[in-house]
Amino acid sequence: MEAFVAALTFSAGYNAALVVIGATLFGAAAAASGTFLVLRRQALMTDAIAHATLPGLAIAFMVMVAAGFDGRNLLGLLIGSAISALIGVVAVDVIVKRTRLMEDAAIGAVLSVFFGFGVVLLTIVQSMSAGRQAGLEGFLLGSTAGMLRADAMLIAVSAAVVGVLLFVLRRPLTLVAFDPQYAAGQGVKVRLMDLVATAMVLAVTVIGLKLVGLILVVALLIIPPVAARFWTNDISKVLFLSALFGGSSGYVGAALSASAPALPTGSLVVLSAFAIFVVSLVFSTQRGVLAALLRRRALAVRVHRRQGLLALAAGEPIYDAMTIKVLRRDGVIRPDGVMTDNGRAAVAEIRRDELRWSMAPSVLGDDAVPAQRDALTPADEAFTPDQIALIDAEAQRLAVV
Amino acid sequence: MGAEFVQLSLTPLVIAVLAAVTCAMPGNFLILRRQALIGDAISHVVLPGIVVGFIITGSVTTWPMMLGAGAAALIAVAMIEAIKRLGKIEPGAAMGVAFTAMFAAGVLLLEQSNTASVHLDVEHALFGNLESLIWFDGLGWASLLDPSALAQLPPELFRMASVAVIMIIATILFWRPLVMATFDEAFAASVGIPVNLLSLMLVVFAAIAAVAAFDAVGSIIVIAMFICPPATARLLTDRMGVQVLISALVAAVCAVVGYVVAGYAPLWLGFDNSVSASGMIATVSGVALGLAVAFGPRRRQVAG
Amino acid sequence: MFRSMENPFAKPILVASEGEPVAPDPAIDEAALTVRGLTVAYGGSPVIFSIDMTAPQGTMTAIVGPNGAGKSTLLKGVLGLVPALSGKAAVFGAPLAAARHRIAYVPQRAGIDWDFPVRVADVVAMGLYRELGLLGRVSGQRRAKIVSALERVGMAAFADRQIGQLSGGQQQRVFLARALAQDADLILLDEPFAGVDAATEKAIVNVLRELRDAGKTVVVVHHDLTTVAEYFDRVFVINTRKIAEGSVAEAFTADALHAAYGGRLASAQLSELRAPAA
Repeated sequence: MEAFVAALTFSAGYNAALVVIGATLFGAAAAASGTFLVLRRQALMTDAIAHATLPGLAIAFMVMVAAGFDGRNLLGLLIGSAISALIGVVAVDVIVKRTRLMEDAAIGAVLSVFFGFGVVLLTIVQSMSAGRQAGLEGFLLGSTAGMLRADAMLIAVSAAVVGVLLFVLRRPLTLVAFDPQYAAGQGVKVRLMDLVATAMVLAVTVIGLKLVGLILVVALLIIPPVAARFWTNDISKVLFLSALFGGSSGYVGAALSASAPALPTGSLVVLSAFAIFVVSLVFSTQRGVLAALLRRRALAVRVHRRQGLLALAAGEPIYDAMTIKVLRRDGVIRPDGVMTDNGRAAVAEIRRDELRWSMAPSVLGDDAVPAQRDALTPADEAFTPDQIALIDAEAQRLAVV
Repeated sequence: MGAEFVQLSLTPLVIAVLAAVTCAMPGNFLILRRQALIGDAISHVVLPGIVVGFIITGSVTTWPMMLGAGAAALIAVAMIEAIKRLGKIEPGAAMGVAFTAMFAAGVLLLEQSNTASVHLDVEHALFGNLESLIWFDGLGWASLLDPSALAQLPPELFRMASVAVIMIIATILFWRPLVMATFDEAFAASVGIPVNLLSLMLVVFAAIAAVAAFDAVGSIIVIAMFICPPATARLLTDRMGVQVLISALVAAVCAVVGYVVAGYAPLWLGFDNSVSASGMIATVSGVALGLAVAFGPRRRQVAG
Repeated sequence: MFRSMENPFAKPILVASEGEPVAPDPAIDEAALTVRGLTVAYGGSPVIFSIDMTAPQGTMTAIVGPNGAGKSTLLKGVLGLVPALSGKAAVFGAPLAAARHRIAYVPQRAGIDWDFPVRVADVVAMGLYRELGLLGRVSGQRRAKIVSALERVGMAAFADRQIGQLSGGQQQRVFLARALAQDADLILLDEPFAGVDAATEKAIVNVLRELRDAGKTVVVVHHDLTTVAEYFDRVFVINTRKIAEGSVAEAFTADALHAAYGGRLASAQLSELRAPAA
C-alpha cells in the first residue's frame, strides 16, 4: 500500500516515476485516438492493426541486421511495424470495398494471416545468429518495466502530438464519426479525416507495442471510449471522458505495478480500464444497467397503471396479472377486485385526460399536437395550462350543448 | 515418400487437416452472421484459461489446459453477450472489451504464478506445436496396420478427430434451422425456431472447435481457419452447401500446403531450420483468400 | 356507469400465453387473430400502447398509420418477436405457441442479406420447415408444393437463381411463395408492396385475394393509403394507440386518418381518399 501511494506520488524512484508518467500519457493518447474508431463501430480494426505490425517488426529486424546495424533499434522496428500495419489497413479496405465480404471477415482474415506470416518470420529471425537475443517476443506481451528514458520521451512526444492533432481536428473528426454524409455536405474531407483517425491509431499502436504488447494496446484503444460512451451522448464529452479514463487507467495501473514485483504494467493498466468500464456499465445514470432496469420497471408500472385505468373506464375486463397487481398496490381496487373511491377518482381523471387528448387537435390545431403521440404522458404535462384551459372550456361547451 | 514421412509428418499433417476443417465448419455461419471475429476473441482468452487451469491443478498436462481454456471461452462468450445486451454495445466493441480484459488478467496471473514451464505453454498455445506431434512407432506405411504401433499415435490425433466428427455431425444436424436463422431471423423465429438458443449454440460449438484445435495447432491457425477458407469459398459460389464443402476443401489444402512449405521450403532455399508450420498454414490461407478476392467468380456483391 | 364495476375481473383472464385453456369467449375463438391490451416499448416509451385488435376469419385487413406508428411492431408483438410489456394475442383462440403452424409471416425485405448463398427454391423450402424438421428430405410431393407455390406468384422459372439476382419485386414474390408453402390459415405480411414494381403489386394482391376467398385470413402492414379501399375489406388505423378498426367503410374515415396522421395528411388528399372508400 505504501509502495502504491509512493508510486502515485512519483516518489518511488526515478524509473518508477518515468513509467507512471509514460503510462498516463500513453493511456490518454490511446483512449482519445481509439474513440473515433469505436464511435464508427470499427473497434476491432484496432485489433487488425495491432496484429498486422508483426511481419513488419520481423522484416525490419532482418533488414537492419543484413545492413549491418543493430536489429533492435526501436525506431527502425517501429517504422517497419507501421508500414506493415498500414498494408493491413489497406488490405481490409480493399476486401470490404471490392468483394461481398463484410468488414468483420476482412478484419479477421487480415489479422490472422498477417500474424501467422509474422510468426513464420519470427521463426526465421530466431534461427538467425543475431536473432537469438532479439527479444521480439517482448512485443507480444510488452515490457513496460524495462522502459528507458528515451522510450519515455518518445511516448511523451507522440502523446503530445496526438493530443494536439485531436484538439485541432476534433470538430471535423467528430462530424465524420457521427455522420460521414452530413460531414461531407459540410465540406469536411471525410477520406482525409478517416486517414488521420486511422494514422493516429496506427501511431499509438506501434508505440504501445513496446510498452504493453500488441494485444493489450487494443484494450487501451477500445475500453476507455466504450466506458465513456455510457456517460454521455455528446461526442466531444465522450472524447474528453475517454482520455480521462485512459489516462487514469495508465496512472493507477502503472502505480499498482510499481508497488510489488511480478505485477506487469500493461495488464494492470488494462484491468484498471476494465474496472472503470464495469463501473460505467452498471452505474452510469445515462445508459447504465441499473438505471435501465429501474427505468424499464418504472415504465412497466406506468404502462400497466394507465392500461388498467383505461380498461376500468371503458368497463372492459383486464387480462393481465401485473396490471391487477399495480392497480391493487395503487389502491385503485381492493384485493377482492372492487373499485375504491380513490379508484373512481383516478378513473374520472383518466377519462378527462383521454377527452383532452382527443380534443386537442381540433381545439389547438394539428401543429400543436406531437405527431408521435407518447401514449403515457398526461395531457396536462404535454400542453401548457392555457392550452388545457382552452380544451376544457371547449369540452364544457360541447357537454352543455 | 517413405518411413521418415510416416514417422515425422503423417500425424501432424492429418491433425492440421482435421483442425482446419473443424474450424472452417462453424466459420461458414459465423462470417454470414457478421460474427467472424468471435474466433479471434475466443483464441485470445485461451491464455487465461490455460494459466488458471495450471494454477488450480499445478500440472501442465493437456486436460487441465483444455478444461481451463474451454471454461475461459465460455466465460468470454457469456461476457460478450452480457456486455452487448446489458450495455447495448455493438458486437465488435463488446468483444474487444471482453477478450482484451481477460487476456490482461491472463498475463497478470501468468506473471504471478511465475513459472517457466507455463511460459513455454503460452507460446505453445499461440504458435502451436504441430512439428512435435511425431508418431515414434510409425516406422513406415505398414505401421498403419500394426495395432501396437497405432496405439502409440499421439493422443492429439484422436482428440482432434473426435471433435471434427462432432462438428460435422452438428453441422448436418442443425443445418436447416441454422441456415434459416442466418438468412432471415425474423421468419425463422416466426416458425418457432429458437433463434437465440441456436445462435448461442453456434458460438459454443465455435469455442469447442477453437479449444480443441489450439492445443494441437495453436491459436493462429484457429483464427485463420475460422475465417479464410469460408471467406474464400464465399467468393466462389452462391450455394450454401457448396460453400461449406469448398471451405472444408480449401482448409484441408491450406493445411497440407502450409505444412509442406514450412517444413521443406526453407531447406530448398538453403536455410537450416524449418519455419513455424502453424504460421505458414495461416499465411497460405491468406494467399488462397487473396486469389479469391482477385479472381473469385462470385466476389462481387450482387445486391446493394 | 361501469358495466362491470362490481367485479371487473369476473370475466376470466385471457390466458393465451400462460398455457391454460382459454375461457370460452366465442369472439376470440372465432376470430383468426385476437389481440388484447398489447403494449410494446423500445427504449423509454411505448411504440404501441394497449392495442386491441380482431381479424375475423376470411378477411383481408390493412394496418395503416404514419411512419413510426408501430405497424410493424404490432405484427412482431403478435408473433412474439419482440417482448411485450403487457397484453396477449390469441390465434384461432389458441396461444401463439400452439398455433404457429397456422401462421405464415412475411417480414420486411429490408435487413435481409441478399448476397446470402441460397437459391429461390431453397428459400421457398424454408416454408416447409415445420413438416420437414431437422433432417426431412425435400422430395416428390414436397418439391411439387414448392413448384406450385412458385407458380402461383409467377416465379417458377427462377427456382434455381440465387436470391440476390432477382429484382426487389421478384424477391418479394419469392417471400410470398415461401408463405404459400407454409399452407397457413393466417398470413401476416409486413410492407409487401414496399419497393416493388406495379406488376408485382398486382400479382401479390391477386394471390392474397385468392387466399381470402379460400377462407384464409390476411393481415397486411400497408403504407399506401390510396390503394386501401381497392385492395382490402378491413382496415386497422394505428398511431401508437388504436385509432379505428372495422370494415373499410366504417373505419377508413377522414376523422380516423386525421387522428392518425394529424396535419401531415392534407385535407384535400383525405377527401380524395374518401371517394373510393364510399
